[in-house]
Formats: sequence, C-alpha cells, structure tokens
Amino acid sequence: MTTIMSIRDLNVSFDTPRGMLEAVRGVDLEIEAGTSIGIVGESGSGKTVMSRAAMGLLQGRNVRRTGTVVYDGQELTAMTREQVRNTFGTGMAMIFQDPMTALNPVRRIGSQLSEGLRVRLGLSKKAASARSKELLDLVHIPDAQAMLHKFPYQLSGGMRQRVMIAIAIACKPKLLFADEPTTALDVTVQAQILQLLRELRQELDMSMVLVTHDLGVVAGNTDSVAVMYAGEVVEYATTKKLFAGMRMPYTEALLQSIPKVDHPSGKRLSVIAGRLPDPIDRGAGCSFAPRCQYVQAKCHTEHPPLEADPDGHLFRCWFPIGGAK
Amino acid sequence: MAGSGTAHMRNTTDVVLSVRDLVVEFRVGQGRVVKAVSGVSFDVCKGETLAIVGESGCGKTTLGKAVLQLPPPKSGEVVFEGTDLTQLPKENLRSARTSMQMIFQDPISSLDPRMTVSRLIEEPLEIWDRGNQQERAERINTLLNNVGLEPELVLSRRSYEFSGGQCQRISIARALALDPRMLICDEPVSALDVSIQAQILNLLQDMKDRYGLTMIFISHDLAVVKAVSNRVMVMYLGKVCEVAPPDVLYAKPAHHYTKALLDSVPIPDPTRQATVALLQGEPPSPMNPPSGCRFRTRCPAASALCVEQEPQLREVAPGQFVACHHPIL
Repeated sequence: MTTIMSIRDLNVSFDTPRGMLEAVRGVDLEIEAGTSIGIVGESGSGKTVMSRAAMGLLQGRNVRRTGTVVYDGQELTAMTREQVRNTFGTGMAMIFQDPMTALNPVRRIGSQLSEGLRVRLGLSKKAASARSKELLDLVHIPDAQAMLHKFPYQLSGGMRQRVMIAIAIACKPKLLFADEPTTALDVTVQAQILQLLRELRQELDMSMVLVTHDLGVVAGNTDSVAVMYAGEVVEYATTKKLFAGMRMPYTEALLQSIPKVDHPSGKRLSVIAGRLPDPIDRGAGCSFAPRCQYVQAKCHTEHPPLEADPDGHLFRCWFPIGGAK
Repeated sequence: MAGSGTAHMRNTTDVVLSVRDLVVEFRVGQGRVVKAVSGVSFDVCKGETLAIVGESGCGKTTLGKAVLQLPPPKSGEVVFEGTDLTQLPKENLRSARTSMQMIFQDPISSLDPRMTVSRLIEEPLEIWDRGNQQERAERINTLLNNVGLEPELVLSRRSYEFSGGQCQRISIARALALDPRMLICDEPVSALDVSIQAQILNLLQDMKDRYGLTMIFISHDLAVVKAVSNRVMVMYLGKVCEVAPPDVLYAKPAHHYTKALLDSVPIPDPTRQATVALLQGEPPSPMNPPSGCRFRTRCPAASALCVEQEPQLREVAPGQFVACHHPIL
C-alpha cells in the first residue's frame, strides 16, 4: 500500500500571554492511500489543530509548528504558502464542522461550487456550471439545477453540509479531511451524511481523515483510529482491534460514557470525572493520570511513551488494560 | 404518525401538567403560515420525566416554549397544577412561571456575558424578593455546590471564562434558584462533548431527585434520553407519532419513524453496524404539510389510506400508544 500522507513528530504550539500552549505534541501518523483514519478526542484534545496543521492551514506569528508532513512525496513544511495552496482541491480538501459559517452567506451555491472548478481545473464558466450540477447530484441533492441559484441561508443544516461536501470533492482530492462533519446535525441526517461519505470514498478512491469526538461515528466509518488526549496520540490501532480490546484507560472511559440505546433506563451513566489538564502547564507524568481510575504512583511522576504490542496496537500507558506490554 | 388523539392521556390525580390539543402557528408573511405544532396533547405526572424526541423542525422546542406561553399558543389548553395557563392574566402568568423553569440548548449564549456567576443566580431571587442578602448568598453557595461547582472559584467570574459543560451547570443552578416544580430542558446536552454529556445527564437526574422535580426533556437523540426518561414521546412535523415507556419503545418501536430514529444512532462497535435502509430525504415543509399522515412521504409502509386519513393515537401494547395505520407489531 502506498502512503499518501506521513506526519512525523508534529508539534504545534501557540504563544499566549500566559506562556506557550502546546496544542499538539509529537504526533506521528501514516495515512495509507484509499483508507480512512479516525482521530478521536474531547474538545481541546488537539485533534482539529492537528489536522489543520497537517494541511498547513495554521498561519500567524504566534503559531510554532515543528516536525515534518509529507504529502504524496512532497514535504509540505518546506513549501511556500503558494505551493501548499496549489495542492488544495486536487490533492487535499477539508470539510468543516459548521456548514453555515464555512459557506459564504452572500454568494449563491453555484458560484461557490464552480470557483474551485474554474481556478483548479481551468473549466469554462459553462463547463463549471454543468459540472456543479453533476456534483450536487452526486451528493444526492434533489433538484440540483434550482439549488445552484440558492443562498446558504435557504438550506437546512443537512443540505448545507452536502453542499460543503460537494465543494470539497469537486476537484477529486486524494485526501479528504472531515472535521466533525456531522456534529452540528440531527442523528437521522448524520446517518445520511456518513453513508454519503462512505459512498464517495469508494467512488473517488479517496483517503479520509475523520475527526470526531464520537467513538460511535468512528466504528462504522474508519479502518484505523488514533485517540488523542491533551495533544498527544494515546492509542492507535485498526478499528477492529481497538473495539475488540482497548488498552488505554482513557479510550475505555470515553466509550463507556457514550449514551447508548441499550442502556438500562434509569441507571446512571458512567462518566470521566474532571477535565483536560491545563494546556500550558500539564505537569510531569501521564496527562490522563488525574482522571484515570487505574492510576498508580508512577503515573504521576513519569510520562509514559507510546509503545506497541506484538500486533502493532499502540498505547501510551504504564499499566494498560489487558495486562503487561 | 403524525396523528392526533388523546388516548394516551391519563386520568390520575398526580398529573402535574396536562396539555390538550395545543396548536402553535407562526405567520411568516405573504399569507404563509408555519404549522409548528398541530394539535398535540400530553400529560406529565409528578416526579416523572417526559422525553420529547424528534428531528430539527418537528416542533419540539416550540412545544416546550408554548407550555411556558412563550409565545402563547394559538389554541389548546395548558393546565399546570390545576390552572389553565392560557387563560391567566399576564401578571399571574409571570408568577406562575417561577415554578416552571427552562434550560436552553446553547449554555454559553444563554448566560449574559457581562454578569458574574453570583449576579446570574441572584437575579431571579432579587426579582422575586426571596430572602435577605445573606440568605441569598447562602442559597447561591448551596446551589453552586449542588451542581458541582466550587463557589469561591466561580462566584466572581463571567460565563466566557467557563467551558460549555460548566456553563450548563451554571444554567442549571440559575434555573433551580426559585425552587421550581417543573424543569423544561431543551437539548441540554447536544452542544456538549460525549464525555461531558454523561456528567450533565447524571447531574440533571440528581437534581430531579434532590428537588423533587418533574421534567420535560427535549432531544433529537433517542440514545441520550434512554437513561433519564420515564416516558418518551416521539414527534414528527408538529404531530405525535408514538408515546411509550422507554423500555418498550426501544425494544419494540411500533411507529416506522421511531424505528428509523433508532436505526440512525451510531453503534460504537465495528462488528455490529446497522444494515437497514436509512430514512431518505428531509421532513417536508411545515408550511405545507402532507395530507393524512404527515410521515407518509418518507414512510416505507405508506398506503392510500395514509394519504386520506390522519391516524389517531391508539394503544397497541400496555402503555404504548401509536398514531399509525400500519404499525410494526
């Protein structure tokens, strides 16, 4: 299998008045062509910053990014902004969480859709408009011709997200970043959008990075999963292996806290007590130690490394579930 | 679904809230009318939690607000502890509202960013002249402790300094300040992370037990309401589809829409992925709802009868009421 993106020792920090905020710490990831990888974590775990940094979308004087990101044989970190931008659309594309704020409110859907087609693929106005209609059909928007002339505010959340997806896949990208693509949507629409993404991945032979806080969404839509906590990858495995046997106490706690339809009614839900550590001062030891139910003395003083068991399941824990490393 | 009827109404003395044939419509110009809630009836007994579940646009939030007369419904009655709120003069309604409080979906924007936490919680106490200054301060401390916040650490801070979960705790403390007997929670956890959702759901359950509350819990996610509800009412396009206790509803949904909602919940297990056909499309416009059963345009079992006749709620199993001509039995 070929690797489409390889991230090595990626660190991102923000210079804040209180000190350096380390949002992403030493992340290594390989994304194979044609696969889908899930990035799971709570708000503030660094999953969005990680995916934006990987695409080179974080700019600004207060951002420090180190490490390497190699996309399709080219090193993004060494490229100029202009060069990185040229990979957008045809190479990498992103779907954002909130479809209302990501679309331009004062431009018609048709014009937003054809922009990429004209700039990236050099299509004529007429050809771009025809292709836009095909794209709307592809994402199952009824009456596509009429939709081209509408404004975002005239659409429901689910329809807007379909338009966003159509824009993202317009130039047939090889790698799609989907940042919480269904979090703002109803469960029924969420199921439809996830099904659409599965279809499109097959049809366009596209790799996908699915960023989400919901392990339930990851289960049916990814080949492998990286769980992030406090800016680090704390567990990594194929989706099947991960759900068959979690090693990291954090992942287990995250799974247990999901409300489920087969939960006995009237029974208390299990929770992860406390919250993420202060990102400016995380202290020594394991970042999850203060909230971990299996915590021991060593966890507070020594930071655990990311280690692998014989079948390639990675975890960052001194005392993993399921016994010795 | 999507029918009317009152077969599920109970005739016991411990009914706290009883809503009959509630209709809420909004005029949106050019003679068009949004039929947000069309003839919904339900009741809630003392100490019970009623969950109202449905997609965006089904009228669940409008229904919750109409109970509080925000705005007053077009027709129908809302009887709370024996008083019909729709008939009350404005001033009496204002004081009646102190015993029914609401918690909103977006915890951050529902708190005034310029007010400190102590002001936020004190405001209702001051307006209704409850206790002297010292008693109020004590009350604020107790409330904050009860919702799991350290009073010394939070009292002088403002809402933007808190996370979504903490803001929701502050909203809960504020809602409880006047000792309400009923709490209406409108999607209280849908803006929160899964790990925080469970904390807030447990907290609401604790507060219900501690303050002896009766609750209406509005959500689009059936999985979320499973743990907290005693009775679930599924709504679609301004009408009631199904009413049942959660254990019955989740195990044997009788309405096709309830089943579709259940099938949409993601399963956190890659080996047990649903293979059923998903609900296609989106709900039709509430300005021009379908004739007969409002769900028929998306229903796999729709027949000619569904076009002509609106189904009425009827009991199909003990405690389970469904408005469908062709229920799943």
